Amino acid sequence: MARVVVDVMPKPEILDPQGQAIAGALLRLGFTGVGSVRQGKHFELDVDDGVHDETLHKIAETVLANPVIEDWAVRRA
Amino acid sequence: MTARIGVITFPGSLDDGDAARAVRLAGAAAVSLWHADADLRGVHAVIVPGGFSYGDYLRCGAIASFAPVMGAVVDAARRGMPVLGICNGFQILCEAGLLPGALVRNAGLHFVCRDQRLRVEAADTAWTTGYPPGAEIVVPLKSGEGRYVAPAPVLAELADQRRVVFRYLGDNPNGATAAIAGICSADRRVVGLMPHPEHAVDPLTGPTADGLPLFTSVLATLAAAAR
Repeated sequence: MARVVVDVMPKPEILDPQGQAIAGALLRLGFTGVGSVRQGKHFELDVDDGVHDETLHKIAETVLANPVIEDWAVRRA
Repeated sequence: MTARIGVITFPGSLDDGDAARAVRLAGAAAVSLWHADADLRGVHAVIVPGGFSYGDYLRCGAIASFAPVMGAVVDAARRGMPVLGICNGFQILCEAGLLPGALVRNAGLHFVCRDQRLRVEAADTAWTTGYPPGAEIVVPLKSGEGRYVAPAPVLAELADQRRVVFRYLGDNPNGATAAIAGICSADRRVVGLMPHPEHAVDPLTGPTADGLPLFTSVLATLAAAAR
């Protein structure tokens, strides 16, 4: 088995109000110097060694992310 | 012949009951469709109702778009069957690729629940022929992820082809691009909208009966096709 990590992030042009709310909270808590926050998703998959990268990319593109609003990256941990 | 309008129930659907009631008030037979059955039971049109299918896990509508019944709905829609997606149903139709774009978290982060004014921008879809062009209506809106977004070329195409069917009037409730509340497919048979016409079909139980024409329109569409 191999550990595969897929990170999914809202596209840069998509407004991320959750990230903005977190940035606002940080400022109120006194953490200065944080310019902006964007919130995404992190998936950890345990997959058989025989699963190809092509399959992993298809899983990310068709299920884990919505390419209309999100970018994604696959890496083997 | 009484038209048969299917209403899908997913785990977590909430508004399938009201959608079926709206269908009956419009004069058609409401047919229950089950998410796990790839069987449309001979219906003439399908409504994908609101709610929180699969608990909104992964993304709103994402898991539902892979349900067996949706494969049958996509095939039927490609052949021209009228399909209406309301709220979570709109999100499901976008995830399934029947409508372009996506619905994301409201710009103000709050769940919005209010009676919403809309303009009917296109009265020539399968679901809106009963409205005068430019009609202003009031129906409930209740959603936390109702902000419509799409890439610029898609927005241009929607504008060129007059595929924005409903637009929010007054304050934009969720930051939707161009105040878009609902759109249709290129063949104008598939319509999706965030507000809830099925909750506004009877003044006793809703703010207005402004939503009822969606359900009577599709009957007229089906009757015209049968002639």
